[in-house]
Amino acid sequence: VVAFTRRRVLSSLAASLGAVAAGASQLGAAGTATAADEMPGMDHDPAAAAAHSGHAGFARGGIVDSAANGFDPSLIVRDFDWGRTSKLADGRTLREWNLVASDKEIEIAPGVRYAAWTFNGRVPGPTLRCVDGDRLRIRFSNGSAHPHTVHFHGIHPSEMDGVPGLGENIGGGLIQPGQSFTYEFDAGPFGLHLYHCHASPLAAHIAKGLYGMFIVDPKEPRAPADELVMVMNAFDTNFDFGNEIYAVNTVGFHYLNSPIKVKRDALVRIYLVNVLEYDPINSFHLHANFFHYFPTGTSLVPAEYTDTISQVQGQRGILELTFPYPGKYMFHAHKTEFAELGWMGFFEVEDQ
Amino acid sequence: VNAEAAPPPQTSGARLWLLGLIPLALMAGIVVIFAALGAPGLAERRGPPVENLVVDKIALHPGVIQLTVRNDGPDAVSVRQVIVNDGFANFTSKYEQLTRLAADTIRVDYPWIEGEAYEISLLTSTGGVIPAEIPVAVETPEAGPGFYGLMALLGTYVGVIPVLLGMLWLPLLRRSKPSVIRVLIAFTIGLLVFLIVDALLEGIEIAGQGSQAFGGQALVYLGAIVGYLVLATVDSTMRSRGQAASGGAKAGGLHLALLVAVGIGLHNLGEGLAIGAAYAAGALALGALLVIGFAIHNTTEGLAVVAPVAKNRPSLKTLAGLGLLAGGPAIVGAWIGASAFNGSLVASLLGVGAGAIAQVIVQLAPFIRNEAGQFLYPKSAGGLLGGIGVLYATSLLVSV
Repeated sequence: VVAFTRRRVLSSLAASLGAVAAGASQLGAAGTATAADEMPGMDHDPAAAAAHSGHAGFARGGIVDSAANGFDPSLIVRDFDWGRTSKLADGRTLREWNLVASDKEIEIAPGVRYAAWTFNGRVPGPTLRCVDGDRLRIRFSNGSAHPHTVHFHGIHPSEMDGVPGLGENIGGGLIQPGQSFTYEFDAGPFGLHLYHCHASPLAAHIAKGLYGMFIVDPKEPRAPADELVMVMNAFDTNFDFGNEIYAVNTVGFHYLNSPIKVKRDALVRIYLVNVLEYDPINSFHLHANFFHYFPTGTSLVPAEYTDTISQVQGQRGILELTFPYPGKYMFHAHKTEFAELGWMGFFEVEDQ
Repeated sequence: VNAEAAPPPQTSGARLWLLGLIPLALMAGIVVIFAALGAPGLAERRGPPVENLVVDKIALHPGVIQLTVRNDGPDAVSVRQVIVNDGFANFTSKYEQLTRLAADTIRVDYPWIEGEAYEISLLTSTGGVIPAEIPVAVETPEAGPGFYGLMALLGTYVGVIPVLLGMLWLPLLRRSKPSVIRVLIAFTIGLLVFLIVDALLEGIEIAGQGSQAFGGQALVYLGAIVGYLVLATVDSTMRSRGQAASGGAKAGGLHLALLVAVGIGLHNLGEGLAIGAAYAAGALALGALLVIGFAIHNTTEGLAVVAPVAKNRPSLKTLAGLGLLAGGPAIVGAWIGASAFNGSLVASLLGVGAGAIAQVIVQLAPFIRNEAGQFLYPKSAGGLLGGIGVLYATSLLVSV
């Protein structure tokens, strides 16, 4: 049902603008034959032509200014934050992180800006990584103009759950602007999880960018691999409870313009999380290859050998594969609407 | 209290001009200072920019959807991405940013398919969405000689021929009694009343679509006032010249016929616009039924043109001229409507037509007065209702 919301809102918008749209098309008369001649500003740059001829992409072959955003999806994809580590008296590892919420305008498609809410100035927030049984200490400071929380998926006591109203006796619950709180709990179970703000209204607090990946490695590490972070997200730029731009790691079509380079025959492990709001289901499809799928990463035995999986909101899983041939291989949501609205990219396989 | 006003002081012409211009100059100076100081005392507007971009026109060519947009709002708007049916599409446009009232053409590369529906979202730099809709995709005709020829033929079929045919009632009118002529003029007024209502409603409908920046529906009413005043001025000028030349009211009938022809011509201009625009949008089947419907509808207009000259002996050339004046604008209208449709322009033209027709009614009205000097008596009222009724009934035959 939610999938139709966007279309419905759009059409009611069209209706409310008077007969603008209907009238324009009904009365839409012939443009002059010389329309093209009247447009000296028309660009015919190769990037635009390539974007048009090959596949979906943004107009004019434009790209987002990652430097201005302060984060680059090409770096986020391999960025794991293990925290500051120290040894506890019982021999366990203590990991500490600082998470700072802030309001920041980011560019999510060429020329399209969005007033995001971020953890540590980036969307998605840092990928926090630890080992099963570690002691975790996450100091959250709210530098945003709105109250927030950090809610981790995993197993922990109620007062560490990052939910308004819980843990207020120890300074937790809803963290007001300028306030801070330290979440502390043991890592577990091993697998792929996520963290996100749990302040109300929930959809807005998540959709605006307050989310990130939370990886708990098994005590016996997984096989060495080229590991990739992929957070499937989207943005409702006009606040109609439907998304305009879809992506993996925030910037639509980023990996179409800058393919993710991997080595031939090398094990590739993808950590895939769906944090989409407003649409109930997202999916991941890989071209010309198959992968082993470990739902939530909580088992070391794959559940499926496939080339397409789907995830509902908050669902996640680990993908393992090797690329036997060199070349470019597309990956995208098999919900083609999301794909053509930005959730589409390339792997580029190079010889070892 | 001395109620007597003091006589105005004697002043030279140049001084008078100066007195008139001083307030204007002061106003201009204050505006410049105010702008130069950056509007002192006033804070910047609260809230995000108002993005009020309006899609005025959509044209479809093979592989291209072309949108004409205009910024109706106070703030500049930048269209940065275009979404067609839930997918980003490549596009080109002339300007990066549109300031107030600026217009642009956005050419979207999209392999559209005839007969299918498309939903277009223009995504702005702030993430706002300007929606547009194509209910049924049909290629927009290219404006070439063949196209203009077709529109001319269409205008001739629905405008010129029926009006000329209607004028063939003239011999019958000549043999009619004055009382019958009075009823026929009442009938003509009835026709014109219907045309006013029709033109106003159509103008208001068209004015409500597309850009409102130039006044929207106000254009129809302003156009009507302009049309009425222009025709009244033309009429009084012609009348004073005519009286100077012939010194009699003999030319009165022809004079009235000319006014009726102008009024109906303006109406047919609007009718041609509607036909041309509908054809260009693929919303019009050029079938026999349409032509037959318009022919019946417009034949009565020919009768209206000749009713005032029943007692004159105008030359065939004059009559043909009157017919062309009344019916010919349908051709011009079809050309404009199909090639350069602009809602604001069309709405104003329809308003001008309505105002002109109102002026024609004022001119015709005295001629339905009977021997007793009455305006409304059973026969004249019957004629009026008959005129309205005939156009109402024949308008049901056509739908544009």
